[in-house]
Amino acid sequence: MAKTISQEFIKGLWTEIPPFRLVLGLCPALAVTKSVENGIGMGLATTFVLLCSNLLVSLLRNIIPPKIRIACFIIIIATFVTVVELMMQAYTYPLYQALGIFIPLIVVNCIVLGRAEAFAFKNPIFPSVADGLGIGVGFTLALGALGAVRELLGSGTLLGHAMFGPGFQPFAFMVEAPGAFVSLGLMLCFMNMLGKR
Amino acid sequence: MGDLLVLVISCIFINNILLAQYLGNCPFLGTSKKMETAIGMAGAVVFVLTMAGIITWLIDVYFLKRLDIEFLRTIAFILVIASLVQFVEMFLKKSIPALYAGLGIFLPLITTNCAVMGVCLINIQEEYSFLQAVVSSLAYAVGFGVALVLFTGIRERIILGRVPKPLQDTSIGLITAGFVALVFIGFQGLV
Repeated sequence: MAKTISQEFIKGLWTEIPPFRLVLGLCPALAVTKSVENGIGMGLATTFVLLCSNLLVSLLRNIIPPKIRIACFIIIIATFVTVVELMMQAYTYPLYQALGIFIPLIVVNCIVLGRAEAFAFKNPIFPSVADGLGIGVGFTLALGALGAVRELLGSGTLLGHAMFGPGFQPFAFMVEAPGAFVSLGLMLCFMNMLGKR
Repeated sequence: MGDLLVLVISCIFINNILLAQYLGNCPFLGTSKKMETAIGMAGAVVFVLTMAGIITWLIDVYFLKRLDIEFLRTIAFILVIASLVQFVEMFLKKSIPALYAGLGIFLPLITTNCAVMGVCLINIQEEYSFLQAVVSSLAYAVGFGVALVLFTGIRERIILGRVPKPLQDTSIGLITAGFVALVFIGFQGLV
């Protein structure tokens, strides 16, 4: 049992890491990864929602009638998103402002609904929690990595510290929308190369 | 009138929902392999987004703000959108089966299209008047359609080319989207 739980956790970090392996949740991955900090902040907020919604969906899986399950999932997810939104407003206000409408938009992040439907609704509590946590941490790492690439090339900093000498000319391209698409595309390509057997 | 025209142009081109605001990218990549599905998706989005924009604006102003329960906005909006999609689906199935068959699977998928929810939230955040909210919802939806159809045209060509193996499919799709986005940045000086 312990082994399978750790497997559920680990699969989120490599074999099913979003948004690279599961191509879901692209919008926040593109929008908030101008810097590492924002990427990780978004990842953690999503992880919290994933964890809580997976837990609750798994607990209620025998009570929720299958016909209206999607509506129930959405209400559960929306509730936790509201919780995150209010908490971030209270404790991490600058991050809350930087992420803007992408915090309420966690509601429509396909990863969260996808895990509720594909995993938590069919599995007991502990594997569901491990799955939520794994996918969430995977998403956070992916967003952090993407943020690191874009911040390093786009503004020449990493977590706000200057990484290059004063002569460095930042690529404005990388922090704009096209840079987001291209760098995510290249990272996907890189993951495909690594994953090839 | 002039203001509304500026709003239309800025919503369609400058702040294009897909390429500048990064909303609705999952259906953007998912449905852009064939022109037929792209047009179906664009049609469904124009229809649902405009209606959702209008209804959520009314709910926010006349209900949530009146009762001072704006913290429930996320839940209220997603419920409105989900039930609207369901309603539209039932309505089309009954009255316009041809359109229903055309839109097919895309209609239910719109519930989790963040472009819809995103535009509803933008309308509220920018404190648009009712008329502005209607116009911006419609214009954002048209912008979604324009970008999706343009991108699909390019992607259909790419499928014919010889793409290196690791770059295939979504990867090259994203990179292409990046260049389309670069083109749209060119519109920035327009207004």
